[in-house]
Amino acid sequence: MLEIKNLRVSVGDKEILKGLDLTINNGEVHAIMGPNGAGKSTLSYAISGKDGYEITEGTITYNGKNLLDMDPNERAGEGLFLGFQYPVEIPGVSNMNFLRSAMNSQRRYRGEEDISAVDFLKLIRSCAKDLNMDPEMLKRSVNVGFSGGEKKRNEMLQMAVLNPSLAVLDETDSGLDIDALRIVADGINRLRGADKSILMITHYQRLLDYVVPDFVHVLANGRIVKTGDKSLAVELEEKGYVGLGVAENAA
Amino acid sequence: MVATEEARQTVEKVAEEYKYGFVTEIETEKAPKGLNEDVIRFISAKKNEPSWLLEWRLDAYQKWLKMEEPTWAMVDYPKIDFQDIYYYAAPKSAEDGPKSLDEVDPELLRTYEKLGISLKEQEVLSGVAVDIVFDSVSVATTFRKKLKEVGIIFCSISEAAHDYPELMKQYLGSVVPVTDNFYSALNSAVFTDGTFVYIPKGVRCPMELSTYFRINEANTGQFERTIIIADEGSYVSYLEGCTAPQRDENQLHAAVVELVTHDDAEIKYSTVQNWYPGDKDGKGGIYNFVTKRGACRGKNSKISWTQVETGSAITWKYPSCLLIGDNSVGEFYSVAITNNYQQADTGTKMMHIGKNTSSTIISKGISAGHSQATYRGLVKVMPGAENARNFTQCDSLLIGDLCGAHTVPYIEIKNPTAQVEHEATTSKISDEQLFYCLQRGLEIEDAVALIVNGFCKDVMKQLPMEFAVEAQKLLGISLEGSVG
Repeated sequence: MLEIKNLRVSVGDKEILKGLDLTINNGEVHAIMGPNGAGKSTLSYAISGKDGYEITEGTITYNGKNLLDMDPNERAGEGLFLGFQYPVEIPGVSNMNFLRSAMNSQRRYRGEEDISAVDFLKLIRSCAKDLNMDPEMLKRSVNVGFSGGEKKRNEMLQMAVLNPSLAVLDETDSGLDIDALRIVADGINRLRGADKSILMITHYQRLLDYVVPDFVHVLANGRIVKTGDKSLAVELEEKGYVGLGVAENAA
Repeated sequence: MVATEEARQTVEKVAEEYKYGFVTEIETEKAPKGLNEDVIRFISAKKNEPSWLLEWRLDAYQKWLKMEEPTWAMVDYPKIDFQDIYYYAAPKSAEDGPKSLDEVDPELLRTYEKLGISLKEQEVLSGVAVDIVFDSVSVATTFRKKLKEVGIIFCSISEAAHDYPELMKQYLGSVVPVTDNFYSALNSAVFTDGTFVYIPKGVRCPMELSTYFRINEANTGQFERTIIIADEGSYVSYLEGCTAPQRDENQLHAAVVELVTHDDAEIKYSTVQNWYPGDKDGKGGIYNFVTKRGACRGKNSKISWTQVETGSAITWKYPSCLLIGDNSVGEFYSVAITNNYQQADTGTKMMHIGKNTSSTIISKGISAGHSQATYRGLVKVMPGAENARNFTQCDSLLIGDLCGAHTVPYIEIKNPTAQVEHEATTSKISDEQLFYCLQRGLEIEDAVALIVNGFCKDVMKQLPMEFAVEAQKLLGISLEGSVG
């Protein structure tokens, strides 16, 4: 269970999140929508512990542990996965090598043995197959020369292999054509389960046609201003943020 | 002069002791400090050298006296007092070394451990007197026997001067002339160790040759001289150095390496250089002024240099190729890492002389801390070098914002049929890349090592397998503490 209480986050001198509360129980899928500049990405970075996002007040705990005390890699070891809006390129490091290093690092954090090369190969091949991914992509350098869609698909591959218990997906659906969107949605649905918590940050309602969330929140001006079920997303789509009384580009 | 008198006496004593032939079990002292003809005579006597070699040394010394230290490299260090250096120090006897690993610098042991070096090897590397030394001697003996069966000569340069004087006379100084530069002249006068390799016609050396297997005195290597000759149609891969950190009391190192390939022959020369780089504040560390050059004398011959340079406070090194034979090929693959206050000015020279010669240069420089790394390279195409080709790629990676990376390419083309390409990039390890790795669970040091190894991949894959694995770990260790 992820619990965020009264979270205030500043970047430089500017306060972005202004007392945000959010609880995601195991087995739940939440979606956060909101206008540009509302603080959606800031929330994902605060949860994952990126430098430069200063927590001035509030708490973030996961399964009772204080995430704010942990380095980003420790949070990953606790089961957190962040799907990046703009996945980063790492030249010369193969996808396969990157993922195996990451996976073994997480396993060591949890006091587990490294995965054997054979088992890892089986795992990554089967995950790639599920995502309709060309096995050749596994040998290529991480995200180098990948199209926007391929990068997002690669994020889903990493998520499938690492099998996190808490996934935060930051606009994973943006920039995807409909086929790629279906594949990404499929990846998220595959992860879904009784012991998983998923937070989708999205601009558009269309992802939610494929991954039906249990809760939809509207984030504006650094706070969650409205919470509902799937129908809230539909309403947003029809009326826009302004129609719901939320100013666009709220600062 | 007292020093001179002292030297003379020692020389006389030594000459007497060693008149019965070449012996390696020298148990004596150092030559007196400083450099003069007597010291050179002393060294030559110690090595029981033939008189022509002594004359050659003395001639080199006279030339060196008239030469000036080069100052064009982008390295900054206090002026070296060449009279304040020991030019000959006998190997330490076992009793002087540490008695067990408990007496060895724990920092050094920690690094050995990270490199995955076995306890026994750790003992050898740190000079602990143990039986393993004798084991390795016997291994080396078997090894050399095997090589001898196919006619390969693999011995110390001093042995070669004795046993193969004709080959030595023919090749010593034939690629790197005595007066090539200040340090090559110095080395010619005082070299005390090194390797001699001769691969006969048509022989493919059945194993990687490594200095590790050469029986020789420990604790030398200050002024090494290496000669490798690959006769027609032969092949050899030679490994120099060691990934384990090497400490040395001698601050100044000036090696000379000469390679010669005849028709259809190939030499692959790989180096991992990890001399003590000095501490975090830039105190201490080795000055490494190296002249390495290969001559592709025969047609269709090839020389390939691969180097991983992580050590030394100052690195001044330009492994080069003279592409004389038609269709000959020169390659230079380099990774140079500098951290803390290290300075490296390194690169290559590719001299296209024969027709249809081609060269490839891949240089990867990584700078962290307050360090400075410079790539300096020359591609020269002579008038007779029809259809010469060169491809050069120089990439620099910066870690932090206090270090520097510089690229200084020289291109001289005197034949219009030449095709020369040069690509250069400079990049930084970005916070975004690091965060991405951390978010996936990697620890920060592992993330840096992963990104740097990716950056160097094109060079690392040129290294022989067993070297490559250790070298990869070494890259990570060299950059410890540079981020976070």
